[in-house]
Amino acid sequence: MSEPVIHTDKLTKRFGGFVAVDALSLTISGGEIFGFLGANGAGKTTAIRMLTGLLAPTSGKATVAGFDLYSGSEGVKRNIGYMSQRFSLYEDLTVRENIRFFAGIYGLTNQAIKEKSRQLLDSLKLVAVADTRLASLPLGWKQKLAFSVAILHEPKIVFLDEPTGGVDPVTRRRFWDMIYEASKQGLTIFVTTHYMDEAEYCDRLCIMVDGKVAALDRPDAMKRTFGVESMNEVFIQLARSKKTE
Amino acid sequence: MKEVVTLANVGKRFGAVQALQGVTISVGKGELFGFIGADGAGKTTLFRILATLLLPDEGRAEVLGLDVVRSYRDIRKRIGYMPGKFSLYPDLSVEENLRFFASVFGTTVEKNYELIRDIYSQLEPFKTRRAGKLSGGMKQKLALSCALVHRPEVLFLDEPTTGVDAVSRKEFWQMLRRLREQGMTILVSTPYMDEAVLCDRIAFMQEGKMLALDTPTGITTLFRKPLFAIRASDTWGLLCVLRASPDAASVYAFGSALHYSDNRPSARADELLAALQADGFTDVSVSVIQPGIEDTFIALMEEKQGSVDE
Repeated sequence: MSEPVIHTDKLTKRFGGFVAVDALSLTISGGEIFGFLGANGAGKTTAIRMLTGLLAPTSGKATVAGFDLYSGSEGVKRNIGYMSQRFSLYEDLTVRENIRFFAGIYGLTNQAIKEKSRQLLDSLKLVAVADTRLASLPLGWKQKLAFSVAILHEPKIVFLDEPTGGVDPVTRRRFWDMIYEASKQGLTIFVTTHYMDEAEYCDRLCIMVDGKVAALDRPDAMKRTFGVESMNEVFIQLARSKKTE
Repeated sequence: MKEVVTLANVGKRFGAVQALQGVTISVGKGELFGFIGADGAGKTTLFRILATLLLPDEGRAEVLGLDVVRSYRDIRKRIGYMPGKFSLYPDLSVEENLRFFASVFGTTVEKNYELIRDIYSQLEPFKTRRAGKLSGGMKQKLALSCALVHRPEVLFLDEPTTGVDAVSRKEFWQMLRRLREQGMTILVSTPYMDEAVLCDRIAFMQEGKMLALDTPTGITTLFRKPLFAIRASDTWGLLCVLRASPDAASVYAFGSALHYSDNRPSARADELLAALQADGFTDVSVSVIQPGIEDTFIALMEEKQGSVDE
């Protein structure tokens, strides 16, 4: 087993009297596809903002990609990738400009940027549209590019925040092909989704309810524990049991 | 059955983008009609035309027997529209938003309370909270209440459940079913295939065109090839092997299983099983399954585009 890429111990975030994330303890190892689920308001976004070094925790311990969240949040930011459905690439820049911009931000040298751009355009078959503005490309292409750009600087882990929202069923599955391939090469994937069939594609899942970990296991084991056939049923049981309390 | 919405060959273009093309649909009174498709399928453009916010370039669209271009003022009084983007006033409270929308339509909350009680009662404990501070699921319930408060004859709901968690989605659809039981005509769009089965009829939309229109069960009869659910512990390995097979029509992940369709009408589960076991998948299982809505949507997409571009 390699060094854990994420390790948290009772990681907590309070906003005034409200505990958004309550004693989150996780250990995620290299190459794992880790699904992070929860209803709206369960604390997912707050947890991700802490794990990506954007928000200081209130208490607890955590290291991400080898850096401490308190003392090394800049190190965390440099060594992770991030992609969300809402923000990923600049629509007004061309494909090539987007690659150059993000590679520059992550501190790649000009030589490396040239090299990477060529490789990427080649492997994604985007050479013909390299100088086309992003706005006019199909969503599926943008999504592939966004993922590739997020891991351009070869981070140990990439955070994918609802990467497949609003996408057609074929494009959604093509995107998961990329996720699988990247994880086979050792990249750790931390992904959130509202599609419960996608939850089944993960190696392990964490379901958050009211800021706490309500379940943490492999999808098949979780379904056995709850005695149901699909992750959708697990999710509804967990989230609903809280609501009626 | 009296038609509430009729579209005849409706088209709309934005510059170089053909947002809608040749859409012909009629929706009867009391029907729960779903438009299923991804971003860019043309769903929002269609709803804006029906809500009289956008003019069609081609074709005719009628709502409640009135033309959307000539009679837009009359239509607006009689429809409820919930846009895809949250469009209530974030600085007004829950109650103020509701009263505002009631007054705009010249009515009061009290007059039509019966219709919204089921939905609004869940929000009443928070009625002094600003709308901008509500959770996703509550915003959606408030938006639906505001769209209903003037007792419209037809509801247009543009992706009401996008970005909403599975539990809130389920509750929202239960509300729609109850509204339908009270005789409301509802047109709703969604990118979620699992919501399609909850509609009376559905239209598959892709790149501005209608791929199919039928009941949820009717639509699955368009899937004509033998379909199998195949499982093994090494899902990724299995996917690669099946995709490489010359007989494969399509291979896609569906939750914990792969759905594999075969080009040979005579393909059999036991033969596939033996072949996969010979390939080294010792724990593989194969069973024949009936195609679902999502299988059918994918098959129709692929048919339309030849093979979907890489």
